[in-house]
Amino acid sequence: MESLMFDIRHVSHTFEMEEGKEYEALSDISLTVKKGEFMAVIGTNGSGKSTLARHMNALLLPTRGDLLVEGMSVLKEENMWNIRQKVGMVFQNPDNQIVAAVVEEDVAFGPENLGVPPVQIRERVDHALERVGMTAYRKHSPAMLSGGQKQRVAIAGVLAMHPDCIVLDEPTAMLDPAGRKEVMTTVHDLNHQEGMTVILITHFMEEAVTADRIAVIQKGRLVMDGTPREIFRHVSELTDMGLDVPVPADLSYRLGNKGIPVRRDCMTDQELGDALCPLLLKK
Amino acid sequence: MSIVVEKVSYIYGGGTPYEKKALDQVSLEIHEGEFVGIIGHTGSGKSTLIQHLNGLLHPTSGTVSVNGVDLAEKSTEASAIRHKVGMVFQYPEHQLFEETVAKDIAFGPNNLHCLPDETERRVREAMKFVGLDYDTFAERSPFRLSGGQMRRVAIAGVIALHPDFLILDEPSAGLDPIGRREIFSQIRQWYKTGRFSVILVSHNMDDIARLATRLIVMNCGRAVLDGSPMDIFLHHRDILQQSGVDVPPLTKTLEYLQERGIRVPLAARETEEAAQALYDEWRTRGTC
Amino acid sequence: MLKDITLGQYYPGNSFLHRMDPRAKILCTMIFLIAIFLAETPAAYGLVTLFILFCISLSRLPAMLIWKSIRPLWIILLFTLMIHVLTTPGTVLFSWGWISVSEEGLRNGILMTLRLVYLIAFSSLLTYTTSPIVLTDGIEALLSPFKKMGVPAHELAMMMTIALRFIPTLLEETDRIMKAQESRGADFSSGNLWRRAQNMIPLLVPLFISAFRRADDLATAMESRCYRGGEGRTRMHELVYSWRDSAGFAAVAAVTAVLLLMRWWL
Repeated sequence: MESLMFDIRHVSHTFEMEEGKEYEALSDISLTVKKGEFMAVIGTNGSGKSTLARHMNALLLPTRGDLLVEGMSVLKEENMWNIRQKVGMVFQNPDNQIVAAVVEEDVAFGPENLGVPPVQIRERVDHALERVGMTAYRKHSPAMLSGGQKQRVAIAGVLAMHPDCIVLDEPTAMLDPAGRKEVMTTVHDLNHQEGMTVILITHFMEEAVTADRIAVIQKGRLVMDGTPREIFRHVSELTDMGLDVPVPADLSYRLGNKGIPVRRDCMTDQELGDALCPLLLKK
Repeated sequence: MSIVVEKVSYIYGGGTPYEKKALDQVSLEIHEGEFVGIIGHTGSGKSTLIQHLNGLLHPTSGTVSVNGVDLAEKSTEASAIRHKVGMVFQYPEHQLFEETVAKDIAFGPNNLHCLPDETERRVREAMKFVGLDYDTFAERSPFRLSGGQMRRVAIAGVIALHPDFLILDEPSAGLDPIGRREIFSQIRQWYKTGRFSVILVSHNMDDIARLATRLIVMNCGRAVLDGSPMDIFLHHRDILQQSGVDVPPLTKTLEYLQERGIRVPLAARETEEAAQALYDEWRTRGTC
Repeated sequence: MLKDITLGQYYPGNSFLHRMDPRAKILCTMIFLIAIFLAETPAAYGLVTLFILFCISLSRLPAMLIWKSIRPLWIILLFTLMIHVLTTPGTVLFSWGWISVSEEGLRNGILMTLRLVYLIAFSSLLTYTTSPIVLTDGIEALLSPFKKMGVPAHELAMMMTIALRFIPTLLEETDRIMKAQESRGADFSSGNLWRRAQNMIPLLVPLFISAFRRADDLATAMESRCYRGGEGRTRMHELVYSWRDSAGFAAVAAVTAVLLLMRWWL
C-alpha cells in the first residue's frame, strides 16, 4: 500500500458549463502510479489530461470516484494541505507561476507557506536551487531569465517544499528546443538520483518516449496504458487520435507493413539499426 | 517585388550598460514566390530581423526596402508599403479585441481606409482562406472560440491586409500535434495559391524541411547560412551545431542508419518516402 | 521605450543605509518628511540640507542618481515656483503688464520648491537603498499592529510583491501587442485626444484579458504551493533590528528636535 504514490479509482469530473450544460472532462479513470515511477500522460488538447493533473494535488476534486495520494483521500478536506505538500505542480506558462520578483524569494514561497522555520527555509532554498543548477541566478529577477531557466526556478520552488512527486503540466510547451532539453534533463535527474515520482503531461512524443510508462487519454477516457514500447507499437491508432509517433517507431512500423520482416516496435535509432542491418547491410 | 536588407545592424539599449548588438551587418534579399524558413536559437537575432521586415524596428545602420521603398522613410508611400508585409506574431490570438470575429478581421482593412464593401469582401475572403465558415463564425465573439480557431481569426486579420509577404513567427507554438499538422498543411496550401511569399520562423525543423524552399540560419545577429534546406541539413552540420539548432528528427535517424552501413535516401522529407526507398532496396536484394 | 521605465528602482549596495532595517528606514523617512515642513528660516533649511547631504554620502550612491530622480519632476517644481511667485502679494520687486513679482513671493516660491526637492530626494533615498521585497516586508510589519482594526496588512504586502513582479512582464506584453496592432495599421501616436483614447482600445482590451488570464494562472499556482493567506506563514528573511536602526532614529530625532527649537523658540 505504501509503495503506491497515486491510486486513482474510477475518477470522473463533470464541469458545469454556461446555460446549465454539463461537460464531462474525465470519465471513469482508474490508474495507479508507483513511487519512483516516471509516467508520461499524452493526449490532444482538450482530452482531459490537464484536468487529471489538477486532481493529483487536489486543485480539482473528483465529482465521482476517489483519488488516494499515498493512501490519503483527496475527498477529505483535512488531507488537502498535506497532499499539496507531497505533490508539487509545475505549470505550462513559466511567467504565470513565479510569485516573487527575486529568484530565491520565489523558491522560498512554498516553505514559507508551510510555516518552515527561517533557518531551514534558507537551507531548503539553497539546496533546491543547486539541484536545478540555478544557484548563480538566485538574486536575479525572473524577468531576466530564459523560459527554460524560469521553469527550472519553478521546479526549485516545488522541490523546496520537499515533495514526493512532481506533476508537470506541459512544462515545455512554451519553450524553445534548448529550454526543453534543460527542463527534461533536470526532471530525469530528479527521477534517477532521488527517486522522485514524476508525472509528465506533454504532447512532445520524444519526451514521452523517455518515460517508464505512458498513459494515453482521449475524450476524458484512459485508452492506453503501458511502456513506451507497448504504446508506440499502435502507430495507426495514435495517428488517428491526432498524436505523433517517434521516427524510429514510425519507420519500423511502416517497413513491417510493407512486408519487410523487421520488428515493428523500435524505440531508438539504435534498435532500428540493429533490426535493419542483417537485411540491408551494403555488401 | 522583393524585400532587400542591406548591411543592417541593430543595437538595443544604445548608450546604456545593457547595450546589445542584436543584428550585425545582415544583408539578404527575399524574392516574390519564395518560402523562406528562418531558424536560430532564442536570442540569435531572428525576431529582431523579422521586425525589421515590416518596419516595426528601424535599423541602427543599413537599410531595409520593400519594392524599392526604404521603410525608414516617413512618407505615406513608406507606411503604405509596410502593410505589404503582413506579420503574424507568436500566439497571435492574444491580440484579438473586437466583439465579433468579423469586426476583428475588419480592423486592418479599416485602418487602410477601405470602403465598407471592400472591407466586407476582404473579411469574407480572409475567413474562407483560413477555413472558417463566414455564416457560422462572423458574428460570434472571438473569445468564445477554441484556441485553434482563435489563432485562425488572428491570422485572417493579417491576411485581410492583402500582404505580398506573410511573416509567421512560430505559428504552431502551444498547439498539439494535430493542430500543428493542420496549421502547416494550411500554410502550404496558402503558399500554393501564389498570393504571397511566406517567411516562417520556427523551431520545428520537421516542418521547415518539408515546406521551405530556402533556409536562413541566424546566429549571434548574423545570417550564417543561407541556402536550400536539405543542403544545409546534410552538409553544414558543424555550423548548425554552433548555431544551436538541430536537424529534423527523420534526417537524424537516416544519418544514423547510413553510419551503420545501410544505403538510405538522406534527403527524404517524409517518413513514407524513406520507408519506400528502404523497401525498394530490400526488394532489389531479394530478387538477385 | 517602455522598457526604460524602472519602478521601485533599487540600487544594490552594502552601505549603512542599505543595511538598516526597512521598518526603521520607513519610519525615519516619514518622521523626517514631516520635519522638513518645520523648517522656515534659512538656518533651518541649511540644517536640512546638511542632513540630506550627510545621508546621501552615507548611502554611497552616485549623486547623479539622486539628480535623476528629481529631474523628471521639473515641470511640477517649476509650476510650484511660478504659483508662489505670481500669486503672493507683498513688496513689488518688478512688474510687467498684469504680472507682478513680490519679494515675499520669490522667497516663498524658492522655499516651497526646495521643500519639494528635499521630499523627493529623501524618499528616493529610501527606495534606492531598499529592495522592493524588503520594502514590502517592512510595510507589512509596520501595518500588522492594525490588523485587529481590519487592515489587511499581509494581503496588501502580497499585492505589492506580485505587482512588482508582474510590471516587467506586462510592459513586455504591452510592447508586443502594440507591435501586433501596428502591423495591422493601428496608429497610437496621432490624432486629437479623443481619437487617441479610442485608438487605445485595441491595445487595452487584449492587455486586460491577458492580465486576467495571468491572475487566474497565478492564483492556481499559489494555491498548489499551499498558499492560504498570512496565517501561519514564516519568512525566509526575518527582519532584525540592529544598532544601525537606533542610530538612525537618534539622528532623525535630533534633527527634528533642533528644527522644532528653531521654529518656536528662536
